[in-house]
Amino acid sequence: MSLLEVEGVTKHFGGLAAVSGVDLRVDEGEVVGLIGPNGAGKTTLFNLLSGALKPNSGAVRFRGEDITGLKPHQICRKGLARTFQSVKVFGGMSVSQNVLVGVVFGDRSRMSAKQTGEEVARLLEFVGLSAVGGVPAKDLTLANQKRVEVARALASKPELLLIDELMAGLNPTEVAQAMDLVAAIGERGTTVLIIEHVMKAIMGICGRIIVFHHGEKIAEGTPQEIATSRTVIEVYLGE
Amino acid sequence: MRTGRVSWVGLRTPVLWLVLLVAMGTLSLYASAYTVIMVANILLYVILTMSWVLFSAPTGYISLATAAFFGVGIYTAAILGEQLPLPLVILTAGLASFCLAALVGALTLRLKGVYFAFFTFGLVELIKHLLLWYEVNVTGVRGRFVVFADNVTIYYVILGILVILLLTSYLIRRSRIGLALQSIGEGEDAAAHIGINVSAVKTIVFALSAVFVGAAGAAMATRWTYVDPYMAFDYLYSFTAVAMAVFGGLGRFEGPILGAVVFAFLRELLITRFPYVYMLVMGSVLVVTILYLPQGLVQLAQMSPWRRSRGNREPA
Amino acid sequence: MQPIIEVVISGLLVGGLYALIAMGLSLQYGVARVLNVAHGEFIMLGGMTTWALYMAFHINPLLSLVVCGPAAFALGYALHRTVYTRVLASSASPGAFESNSLLASFGLLFIIQNLALIAWGADTRAYSYLAVPVDVAGVLFGANRLLTLGSALVIGVAFYIFLARTRIGKAIRAAAQDPTTAALMGVNINSVLALCFGLGAALAAIAGMLISICYPVTAVMGIHYTVIAMIVVVLGGLGSIPGSFIGGFVLGLIESIVSYFEPALTLAANYLIFALLLLVKPTGIMGR
Repeated sequence: MSLLEVEGVTKHFGGLAAVSGVDLRVDEGEVVGLIGPNGAGKTTLFNLLSGALKPNSGAVRFRGEDITGLKPHQICRKGLARTFQSVKVFGGMSVSQNVLVGVVFGDRSRMSAKQTGEEVARLLEFVGLSAVGGVPAKDLTLANQKRVEVARALASKPELLLIDELMAGLNPTEVAQAMDLVAAIGERGTTVLIIEHVMKAIMGICGRIIVFHHGEKIAEGTPQEIATSRTVIEVYLGE
Repeated sequence: MRTGRVSWVGLRTPVLWLVLLVAMGTLSLYASAYTVIMVANILLYVILTMSWVLFSAPTGYISLATAAFFGVGIYTAAILGEQLPLPLVILTAGLASFCLAALVGALTLRLKGVYFAFFTFGLVELIKHLLLWYEVNVTGVRGRFVVFADNVTIYYVILGILVILLLTSYLIRRSRIGLALQSIGEGEDAAAHIGINVSAVKTIVFALSAVFVGAAGAAMATRWTYVDPYMAFDYLYSFTAVAMAVFGGLGRFEGPILGAVVFAFLRELLITRFPYVYMLVMGSVLVVTILYLPQGLVQLAQMSPWRRSRGNREPA
Repeated sequence: MQPIIEVVISGLLVGGLYALIAMGLSLQYGVARVLNVAHGEFIMLGGMTTWALYMAFHINPLLSLVVCGPAAFALGYALHRTVYTRVLASSASPGAFESNSLLASFGLLFIIQNLALIAWGADTRAYSYLAVPVDVAGVLFGANRLLTLGSALVIGVAFYIFLARTRIGKAIRAAAQDPTTAALMGVNINSVLALCFGLGAALAAIAGMLISICYPVTAVMGIHYTVIAMIVVVLGGLGSIPGSFIGGFVLGLIESIVSYFEPALTLAANYLIFALLLLVKPTGIMGR
């Protein structure tokens, strides 16, 4: 049984099919990449998985349990967390507070105030933001705001983390640091499904890659297979 | 309009509140009857304002229904005043408002804020019409007579409601629910995805905020001997709650209280002689505040030298 | 048969008015993104001004339209340019702008209403114009009411053509769909937003003028019509101007049916529809 099973999921907007008949699975311990041109339906898929949208047809199963149509907070409690393509940090709150919200609400277990504080500190250190704990989130750079989102999502102790573009606009050094972070998340025991456009990063950290185009899955395989796949190359060059 | 965190101004604040409480609590012993009535009116407006702030300030969902809950409270007192003792009337009024708000919340808070604003805006008009129809067709009598209660009793009831409201407000802001509310206001999608049941939190807090308005309505009704739907369901109550809160400033706990006191005082001066002027002034103040002083009166206070920096303080 | 004709035509008469006021609000919310709770006050201004002009100078209400319409447009345009543009500039996000502009509108509501109360007092006003009965398929209607329906239809259709065919109309539709891109395409966004707000105000004032021909008016009549406009806008679909037009007639018809049985419960019936909409299909008839 895979950690995540997606079966025949479809989503229309008006007459347009944003996601169409998608089947995929993610097994525990994997770091899977999701790539494809803009508008291919990747973020829509994430929205369908996290409960932000309801599919028109198809099913999503998490740990064998059908989670199709559940509300986001219920899915979060079950162990599936995500970050957002357009960053959604709590801008007016400090970085620590952002993570605190994740600790307080994301996880079922009740902790004492002291334990909560320690957990927040641990998470901040994990993503490398210990120095800016007291800064209002809106004052951070975009790259750091994405890290706040990661920390906040991790605070809910997810078994599966959906990361929607972590590396947009980063320079090569920063990309390398972000890659290390994703690898570290994987090493902690969290399964990762990551949407990314920075090819080098995806190829470097993912064990398996899924390619989307026009709302459909068109290819799937190891980085090596995908890099040499004619279908994929055409999709990217032919656009 | 988002709130910041609660801020202490050192030890001065709790001592100040205590002194205020004692002064208010013993008012009838040293103040004239007229003063008691006037202070009761001012406290009423603080209740209306702080109830509105409880839900609308952190979440950004603008409720225009304060007048509806107030009217429900008034009419509860009018209908039950003869059968039940005052404390029960007040409780029932609070409960009735709670139920109405819960219903409205369950219906509209699942959707975008504009639906909530529209629905709460028309609610006052709707209930007024329903009551008018009921009175014309069922009871045959326009309006009702209300059982009278003396001014000192009313004053203490209002004070009691206010104290409970302020305590509730303060505790919520420092609690998990307060954090949830703030998160909803900062980013509802993210809040939902991090495990907060946003619809439930919104509806419950909204319903809770209505309790105080309904209770206050029941208390004040006993001062009028006669009420009818037009008197009881007046948009002015919705408006004053909002205007006072915005004018005072939503960023700090004391802001709306300050705004309410200033305006209620102004009202006492103008309402009998120049009612239209008073409302005109309030409307203008609201518009000017939004345009030029968006953080309200407390923004002026923040510019003064004794302002402390927010620093790394986090809620427990 | 007769009651049915009466109900249907009554429904269309009321519906025409509702269509106009809803289109006005839809322009202001759908394009300029302003939740204008003061919308009804412009209706009131149109109605009261027409009454005042009629009583003072015996000016034909339809001629008043020439005065009221442009005056309301100018007022709306100016308000947007002074108040709402500034609110837009100081709002950190679209959500904040919606809240702030709602609050500002609330303030304007009280300013306008109380200015009217100071000027005209709280009494109900009425005048008689074209109150001659006309026979339509066996049922008698006042000529004034038929005139109202005709005017509403003409204005509605004219407005639709304006939106669909003229350059400005296209700019408005572009701005409604995607303000950022429209701005990049050379549309002067601030002008268009102010224009829409002004047009919305003008439609409201015209509707007010038409209302005053058939019904009594007072300085406090605004809120009732604002509520109706809100319901119709939701019914038609937030942001859809054709939707508001159709929704107005739909609500008018429903109201007419309810009115046949229990006239005092029409608002309750409207609200019931409102509630049902929110439960089942908040996006309305033509919602996107």
